[in-house]
Amino acid sequence: MAHQILVHATTSGGVTTVEALIKHPMDSGFVKGKDGKLIPPHYIEVVEFTHKGKLVLRGFWGPAVSKNPFIRFSFKGGASGDPIGVSWVDNKGETANMSASIM
Amino acid sequence: MKTELRRSRQEMGKHTMMTEPRKTGPARRTVLLGAAGAAAALAMPRSGLAAASVPAPKASLWPEAAFKATVPDAALKALWGSSTLVSTDQVKMEAPDIAENGAVVPISVDANETAITGAALLARHNPYSLACAYEIPEGTSPAISSRLKLARTTEVVAAVKAGGKLYATSKQVKVTLGGCG
Repeated sequence: MAHQILVHATTSGGVTTVEALIKHPMDSGFVKGKDGKLIPPHYIEVVEFTHKGKLVLRGFWGPAVSKNPFIRFSFKGGASGDPIGVSWVDNKGETANMSASIM
Repeated sequence: MKTELRRSRQEMGKHTMMTEPRKTGPARRTVLLGAAGAAAALAMPRSGLAAASVPAPKASLWPEAAFKATVPDAALKALWGSSTLVSTDQVKMEAPDIAENGAVVPISVDANETAITGAALLARHNPYSLACAYEIPEGTSPAISSRLKLARTTEVVAAVKAGGKLYATSKQVKVTLGGCG
């Protein structure tokens, strides 16, 4: 899969913690490639996390977010088996999404 | 002359042979990293693979002006319409004192303020100040960890928006190797 998203969500004491690892080059546009030319910017701009279709976090990312971004956050509620959705769009208009169940 | 040359060549050959294991060093490291990644991948549940797709976010939501700003004040103004920061110990940021590799600096933010609706991380000396910003709906904790790139030693500012006011804390992070090439 070209654009892989790994999602891991656990719930404990009424709080659900979501961890996501998104495979993406996150090229800033400042780094030179092997040919000495600048690698054009290519990074995720908007990432959204949903719980049962309801938005729980929206992130705006810039080129300063590291390659293969990792994020951890938590929200109130959520039960084992609930779907957690992750989706993103980057500056080239590419998108990817993933859905996982809370463990 | 010739023999000397040959000898030196032989020595060079020896030399490369001797350094060969070193050459494989990074490769081996990569393999190990890959193995760790694979292990992490295995640990992650794949149950959601077959689930229905999630709609893609709208790219137009991205606050372009804020991300193009080169100083934190301008970035915050473009993002939240204000750059007046209240310094408080209610906002907590965890960042390393010294980051050996500026390409991957783990930074997490947390806040005790109530009714937080947004959070942002800014690096004063990055080419573009704003690194990331979050919209935090009700019920979501403002504790967010992620990994950022820092171009050089810089002050990192964590700002949160609560009740129309901006609260911030900052920390100087020393960068040994810059993360912007």
